[in-house]
This record gives sequence, structure tokens and C-alpha cells, in this order.
Amino acid sequence: MNVMDTRATSAMLYLDGVHVSFDGFHAINNLSLALEPGEMRAIIGPNGAGKTTMMDIITGKTKPDEGTVLFDGVTDLTRLDETRIAELGIGRKFQKPTVFESQTVQDNLLLALNVDHSVKGTLFWRGSKAESERIDKVLETIRLTDARNRLAGSLSHGQKQWLEIGMLLAQDPKLLLVDEPVAGMTDVETHLTAELLKEINKTHTIMVVEHDMTFVRELGVKVTCLHEGTVLAEGTIDQVSSNERVIEVYLGR
Amino acid sequence: MTPHMLTRSLDRGAAIFLAVVAACGILIPLSNLLLPAGSFLQVPTYLVALWGKYVCYAILALAIDLIWGYCGILSLGHGAFFALGGYAMGMYLMRQIGTRGVYGNPILPDFMVFLNYSKLPWTWYGFDMFWFAALMVLLVPGLLAFCFGWLAFRSRVTGVYLSIITQAMTYALLLAFFRNDFGFGGNNGLTDFKDILGFNVQAEGTRAALFALSCLALIASFLICRTVVSSKLGKVLIAIRDAESRSRFLGYRVESYKLFVFTLSACMAGVAGALYVPQVGIINPSEFAPGNSIEAVIWVAVGGRGTLVGAALGAIVVNYAKTFFTSGVLAPYWLFMLGALFILVTLLLPKGIVGTFNAWRDQSKEKRSALTTVSAAAEDGVTEPKMAE
Repeated sequence: MNVMDTRATSAMLYLDGVHVSFDGFHAINNLSLALEPGEMRAIIGPNGAGKTTMMDIITGKTKPDEGTVLFDGVTDLTRLDETRIAELGIGRKFQKPTVFESQTVQDNLLLALNVDHSVKGTLFWRGSKAESERIDKVLETIRLTDARNRLAGSLSHGQKQWLEIGMLLAQDPKLLLVDEPVAGMTDVETHLTAELLKEINKTHTIMVVEHDMTFVRELGVKVTCLHEGTVLAEGTIDQVSSNERVIEVYLGR
Repeated sequence: MTPHMLTRSLDRGAAIFLAVVAACGILIPLSNLLLPAGSFLQVPTYLVALWGKYVCYAILALAIDLIWGYCGILSLGHGAFFALGGYAMGMYLMRQIGTRGVYGNPILPDFMVFLNYSKLPWTWYGFDMFWFAALMVLLVPGLLAFCFGWLAFRSRVTGVYLSIITQAMTYALLLAFFRNDFGFGGNNGLTDFKDILGFNVQAEGTRAALFALSCLALIASFLICRTVVSSKLGKVLIAIRDAESRSRFLGYRVESYKLFVFTLSACMAGVAGALYVPQVGIINPSEFAPGNSIEAVIWVAVGGRGTLVGAALGAIVVNYAKTFFTSGVLAPYWLFMLGALFILVTLLLPKGIVGTFNAWRDQSKEKRSALTTVSAAAEDGVTEPKMAE
């Protein structure tokens, strides 16, 4: 059977009628969203709007009570665990930069490479030229070539954010989920990060959650505003930021 | 284990450690056997047996360091795997007694005759053969660790919860082995061993050989641990220790990794126990006591977790101190001293002896290299070191 025939949707990521509640608190409420292949989407919204919970659902950390989450049109993500979902090709950058602090920058990237992740594969692993070339390339992209032998824990906050993006690149997933990539960054770093994401977007589908409106504007992509676990508005940054409800609950007057 | 993997795993500290253990393993037995008794350099037999015990403890400490220091699994029940390995060896030694027992039964050990057993329980089948007992030394602790780990890690039991259930595990085994009808000698355990592979266990030559074998086992365990932790798998273990959920999102099956090291570690602990029993001449349920497992964790903390050499060193230092203090007027206070030691190490030397030494060495090395880079930068043409491989 042709895979194309079985696809329920052309979208890379498709959420429909998703619902999650924690102890009676409705974190996600009838959330529906679709990301086309190759798209970059910015997600904005006030604290508690369900942005991170949505990422938890997509990556298998949280199981939804109801609803459909389809990856690549065929795979039901709600049935899989984190490891399996990562293997399928969904990478995630956390809100708080999470790198392996006691290991070197290049080892962090080595761990992220999408090669054999089995116990046997890593026990008998021997580096290859192709692997070290890929690491070199990522180091260059994230501007950490000079810091390759430093411990990740000794990097500045912004560098850690980039290292984590670099780990996503090494992982080379089909879909990147990027949670607040510019939190705590200087203006220059923020600008460079926007450039970096745009570069990555040439070959990857990206979903980025961010509060920094200047940054979102710089990305110049379709924006979805979440509020109380559901989509409040969707469109260009200008459309969304002029939406009455968005101004009321999020941007402020 | 390929030669490539082995060479990668050896640094200077490891090489020194191996050289010292090998030298002890050769020189101490030779001095004991060849030099005249009472001469200054002659190691008396009681010391050979005592030090042999320390070496077994060092293997247990390595096993704990592998999972705790590198993967963050704090097992407070590793004494159970040690004791199970010990029991497997003890059962072989019991069956070697044959008709030399008090009751002279060719098949049944004395305690079974005493308890009116009519035939050998099935659990004792095969233990008259050394190869079978040796296999069980690995298999029984390994299998228990595998089943226990499979359930615990798959359900994502971590941190103190895991530590508590490992304590419960060893305590449950303690209670089971205490029972006479469990079939392993009840609270008396297994003792009165006569010979091992045809050699008298009390003989000086046998004791010296057991000491040398223990050193060999320590070297082998160390090399296995080094190979594991310096492979890419070792990096994954550290990643799991430092950021478990991050590792999952990178596509690592965390439970498989934990299960692998936990089982490997239990097998090593089993070997340590098997070498321990013929040297101390007895194995009884008190080896399962929860306190024993906690004590073993303290050795690792004192020596420095995540260093391997430190774990082995900690086991030897703390046990030497224990022997020293428990044989004098301070004997009743040993447990207080041990507790104080743990608190002091946690507060003042959180990295342990070896960890603190390493940090100090790295710091002074960094200072020196900072100085040399300044001068080297002037010469230009300095290239960044490429990936180690």
C-alpha cells in the first residue's frame, strides 16, 4: 500500500480537538493546529496558555485525554513514548537550556547525532570521519568551534541556548520544537538566533514558542496565539497583533 | 572488548592503579609463601586473608560506582548481589565437604541432616560442580538485577524511591535467608568449608592464590568499568545521570541503558562475594543486612564517586579504618565514626578523596595551560585539537 494513500493530512504536524486537564485545570482545551512541511510557525500567548504543555503532548511527555495528534500524516503520537517520538524525527529545545553540563560541547553534539542509539551501538561505537565532519559543521553554524573542548556547563547562557539548537541540528529531526530560544539573550544574540532559525528552516519544519515580539516579528512567519489552551488567533504578526482579543489577553493596550 | 577500546580507556591514574594492584597481587602472596615466617618483609597469612577481603570490597565498590557515579542510580541494596554471589560459592564449598561433615552424609550438608531433610533440595543441584557454581555466581545476581531493574526502570522509579526499594529488596532477602526452611542454612549460614577445587581452603598456598585471584578480579572489573565509561555508552550514562529526560528526547532508551549497567554491576558484585566467601570462611544472612549496602555506598562517597579508582581506594581506606578502630577500645563507637565520616565527606569533600585531588590537578593544569597559550599564541599556527577519534 502506498504511504501517500494512507495519509490523513498533508500536514507535518496535525493536532485536532486535543484536550488535557490536570486535576480539573484545563491546560489544553479543544486545541487544533496544523503545520505544513517546511513551515516555520511562531506560537505566542500569555503564561499558562498551554504552550509548553502542547510541546509535552507532541513529544510524548504528557498524554492527552482526548484528541488526535498526527505526525507526518500517518503516525499517532499519543500512543508513543518520548524515545520513540525522538527516533521518528521530532527534536525539542527546552525553555530552560538543558545541555549535558559536565560534558564537552562536542560530546554534547556527539550524543545528539542521529546515529545508532542502542546500548550495543554506543558500547561498540567508533567515531567516523562523517560524524566528526557533521559535528564540525554544526559547531560552525552555532559559532562554538572555539569552545568545542570546553565543558557545556561553563558556557554563557546564550551559548547554551545555541548549543541546544546545535544539538537539534545534529539530531537532524524532521520537526523542531523550540521553546523560548531567546529568553535571557542580548539583542545581538537574539538577532543572530533569528538568522540561525531562518537558516535551519530552509531544510526543517519548525515550531517556535517565544514571548519576545521583536524576535517573532523578525522571523516573519505565520503566528498562532494561544490562550487558555486553545487557539485565539492565527495569521501574520500584524493580523494577530491587531486582533482585539489578543491585545486584551496578551499584548495589553 | 577490542584493543582499541582498551587503550582509549587508560589514562595515567588508571595505569598507576592497575600497576599497584598487580604488584600487590604478585608480591604479597610471594612474600607470604617464600619468606621465612616472622621475617620483617613477610606478610603473615592472617593479613593476606584480611587484605583479600578488602580487595573483594573494592570490587563491590567499583560495581556501585559504575551505576551511582556514572548513571546516578543510588543502589542501597548492592550488598544483596554480593551476598548472592557469596552464597553460590558457599553452596559449592558445602558440597565439597562430602563425608567429612559431622554427620558424614555424602550428599547432604550437615545443616540439612540436622533439619531432617531426606533429599537435596532442587536449588542445590549442580553446585557440586565448580563450573556450575561459577556460572551461578554471575547468573543469580545478574538475573535478580535484571528482573528488579526491568520493573523499576520501566516504571521510571528514580532517586530516593529507587534507593528505598533496593533497601527493601536486600531486607526481604535477609528475612528469607534467615528462615531454616528456605534451604540455605538459616541464620547459621554456610561454613566449615574444607576445600576448593581440591585445595584446602585453610592452607597458606590456597589463601595466597585466592588473594592473587581477587587482585586479578579487581583488575578485570576495573578494566570492564573503564571500557564501559570511556565508550560512547559512558557518555550516554553521564547524560542520563545529569539530564534524564533530555536523553529521552534525544532518542535514547534510558531504561535499557540503566538495565544494562545495573545488571553488569550486579554480576561484578556477585563475583566479589564469591571471592570473599572462601577467604572469610563463612557466609550467613547478615551479609544481606541493609547496613552493609549503605556502608559500601559510603566507601564510594569517601573515595570519590565517578572516579572508579576512588571507589576502590575508598573501600580499602574505610575498611582499614574499620579494622583498626573496631579492634581497640573505640570499638563501640565505630558506627558513630562511620556516620560522622559520611557527613564530613559530604560537607567538606563532596567529590571524595580522588575527586577532590582530580579537581585540584585540573585547576593547576588549567592555570599552566593558560600561561602557555598566551606564549603560544604569539608563535601562531596553533591548531585546535580535533575530535579524539
